[in-house]
Amino acid sequence: MIYEPALFGDPDEEAGMAKMTLEELRKLRDSKKFAIKKRDIEGKDTQIIVGMGTCGIAAGAKVVLDAFLQELDAQQLENVSVTQSGCMGLCYVEPTVEVIAPDMPPVIYGKVDAAVAKTIIRDHIMHKKMVSDHVFDRPSVDIIKDGGK
Amino acid sequence: MHASLCDFLSDIAQNAIESGASLVEVAIIENDQAVAFSVKDNGKGMSEEVRQKVTDPFYTDGIKHKKRTVGLGIPFLIQAVEAVEGEFTLDSQEGKGTLVTFKFPLHHIDCPPVGNIPLTILSMLSFSGAYEMVVSRQLQLPKASDGYTVVRSEMEAILGDFSSSGTLQLLRTYLQSQEAALDDLRTGSVWRPG
Repeated sequence: MIYEPALFGDPDEEAGMAKMTLEELRKLRDSKKFAIKKRDIEGKDTQIIVGMGTCGIAAGAKVVLDAFLQELDAQQLENVSVTQSGCMGLCYVEPTVEVIAPDMPPVIYGKVDAAVAKTIIRDHIMHKKMVSDHVFDRPSVDIIKDGGK
Repeated sequence: MHASLCDFLSDIAQNAIESGASLVEVAIIENDQAVAFSVKDNGKGMSEEVRQKVTDPFYTDGIKHKKRTVGLGIPFLIQAVEAVEGEFTLDSQEGKGTLVTFKFPLHHIDCPPVGNIPLTILSMLSFSGAYEMVVSRQLQLPKASDGYTVVRSEMEAILGDFSSSGTLQLLRTYLQSQEAALDDLRTGSVWRPG
């Protein structure tokens, strides 16, 4: 039988801290939905997949995930698909990120940090130009040399 | 090697999700001396033979990655725990599930930083798959305590599909607000009646 250890005894049930309630979250969601409806955003078919295996986590994949969310928010792109996968098999260039965008070949970027993540949003997703220095898999070399155009 | 305690949690939680569990229960409980984590799942569990092997970095079941010959998640964690005289337990039953607990003394000079808890919860909740996850976060200080619980299905019902960046941004905002309240409690900027 699986036991459940008492980590630090019974937690204090006391509440009352000023933090967002579920109702406030619902209202925030509703206001955002209204904004999304008003904006016919581009990027509905765009997917960002962050490799979150042990190697990715160790190399900073969570920081990259956060950077993508921050930059998408800053650029007001609210309907891009952001998901996680396990290891993509490119442990030597973690963190790795696969980007699938309309009119662009699918790309696996490697050695992605927060700054590169922002560049990927601006260049690859918004301006249809690959971030050639960080392409590690998928498109053929002639495509990369031409900057993805 | 992982840079923060939350990185170890991400790794172990992902194991739980990938074990085919329909329910994953995570606890992050911190006091002024230590932070303790537990990850409990009702997935496929491990046989006694496998349970003894998972601490070996050169063991993997070979299912997820056919050509892979290493499995580093649990060995990394054990190494980090032993370096700071923390605690690690693993209890598993084949066909029933697995419970992993680990505790780190925060004041040990070699203890890694806790890391970004809201972001870690976000990544655990939004990992692909149809599973329920309940995350319980508690901060227990001598004079006051507080905490919050996040239920994956409840968040999904409110926010919608977790693969949408807009949804994740809202979830991020919510989790950050919960953790900020605990930070206020930790730094003593909020008065709480005794």
